[in-house]
Amino acid sequence: MDALTAVTEWFTVPLGFDFVRRALLISVVAGVACAVLSCWMTLVGWSLMGDAVSHAVLPGVVLSYMFGLPFAVGALVFGAGSVALIGAVNRTSRVKEDAVIGVVFTAMFALGLVLISRVPSQTDLGHILFGNVLGVSDAAIWQVLVLAGVVLTAVWYKHRDLTLYAFDPVHAHAMGINPRLLETLLLGLLSVTVVVALQAVGIILVVAMVIIPGATAYLLTDRFERMLVISAAVAAAAAVAGVFASFHMNVSTGGLIVLAQAAAFALAYLASPRHGVLWRGRTARRIRARAATG
Amino acid sequence: MSAAIEVTDATVRYGDVLALDAVSLSLAPGRICGLLGTNGSGKSTLFKTVLGLVPADHGSVRILGHTGATARRRGLVGYVPQSEQVDWAFPVRVRDVVMMGRYGHMGRRRRARPADREAVDHALARTRLSDLADRQIGALSGGQRKRAFVARAIAQNADVLLLDEPFAGVDKRSESHISELLLQLRQEGHTLLVSTHDLAQVPALCDEAVLLQRRVIAHGDPAEVLRPETLMEAFGIHTDGRGAAWTP
Repeated sequence: MDALTAVTEWFTVPLGFDFVRRALLISVVAGVACAVLSCWMTLVGWSLMGDAVSHAVLPGVVLSYMFGLPFAVGALVFGAGSVALIGAVNRTSRVKEDAVIGVVFTAMFALGLVLISRVPSQTDLGHILFGNVLGVSDAAIWQVLVLAGVVLTAVWYKHRDLTLYAFDPVHAHAMGINPRLLETLLLGLLSVTVVVALQAVGIILVVAMVIIPGATAYLLTDRFERMLVISAAVAAAAAVAGVFASFHMNVSTGGLIVLAQAAAFALAYLASPRHGVLWRGRTARRIRARAATG
Repeated sequence: MSAAIEVTDATVRYGDVLALDAVSLSLAPGRICGLLGTNGSGKSTLFKTVLGLVPADHGSVRILGHTGATARRRGLVGYVPQSEQVDWAFPVRVRDVVMMGRYGHMGRRRRARPADREAVDHALARTRLSDLADRQIGALSGGQRKRAFVARAIAQNADVLLLDEPFAGVDKRSESHISELLLQLRQEGHTLLVSTHDLAQVPALCDEAVLLQRRVIAHGDPAEVLRPETLMEAFGIHTDGRGAAWTP
């Protein structure tokens, strides 16, 4: 068997299995939806918020199972609810935002743990926490596709306003464009993408999907439109690599997807043409020279 | 004719701290007004009040006869931020920033039409940034950065412009270029409220000046407002008269 055949089979053999094709679909769609949103998360500085929302959906997922609802319904209610709660406590107390976030999301997560311990055994805690992309149901696939479609449509329609909000909310306000509304939209989209990505990588690792691709792209470009494209490409490639590698190595798919994203980040961090640490001295000299001539 | 900016009896408190104390200020259209005061004098709060970012506990703001919200919705208010408030590592080009000034003129998706691109090109040319338009915003010098935000305000074509410390961290050449631009904008009928630490700029640039120390201490001709006696009286300085309180 020559090398080419081996490489081809590395891809074609898994593709012969229905569960692999489904896992690929979910991982790529969820990865791209999260990646697009992660560009704004990186620029606004909402990484902790992503962590909070993802943990806070746990009770919602459990309650959905208990009442036989689509998992996304409960997750969205608790995701959006905890964002609203964080905002309300933050506005009405002297406690700083990061502390409020810490209180709310751990409390929600704890509530989820307690609920799970009371629920009959058909819900598998491991699958919720760590994902089970190789065993997703048809219903879950449809929920992911619809919600990812909602996110990408909203972003396509409003991306310039969201970037304006991220760059200069005061200017938005001065032009009569409500920054509060844009903030709410962005938080709402974050809640939805978290729910989308749950199926792929589980609650614990969702936050990686809404941070790492955007942070990686940020190291690679100074143009926002390119950042969106690079971020989505990184996430899609990581999803493909993660699904195939996990098939062959028989290890956690969600774990490998996130590791692949982290590897992309590490590469960009070290070797990005403009912002990589390997050539930091050279870049700094060039920027100084440019500024001096400008 | 309505005043360009009409602040009536505005009082703003942050908790127990009184930031603005019954400030009234009327600014006629087509004038440049210098807003002077030390750190903590309430300049920023007054800006935020005029922009509608901070609600006044008491009093009102009207812009060209409209409420603040209406004026903002109609694109009457432009704003040039302090350098410290800008994320210079943000992945946008100079051209993108200037284009943001046009968003109020665009549809809901903010897609640029030919008229918007023309306005941006024109604003870039006036601020002498055409050659730098495709640079990332942080890859500019201090003066160029300020000019980029002035270009954004020009592209927006707002009647009333608020400029927060436009001369801070700017070299002499950029400083005179920015002054020249502001004088042209006034010539075209815009009204400018300019907060500054740089008192040397004030007489040549401003038609009038406001001295703020939580309340309006003096408002009138810049030469009058900047008289050492006024400054000393305002701040209770009785020493060498060099105005030490004014160093930024």
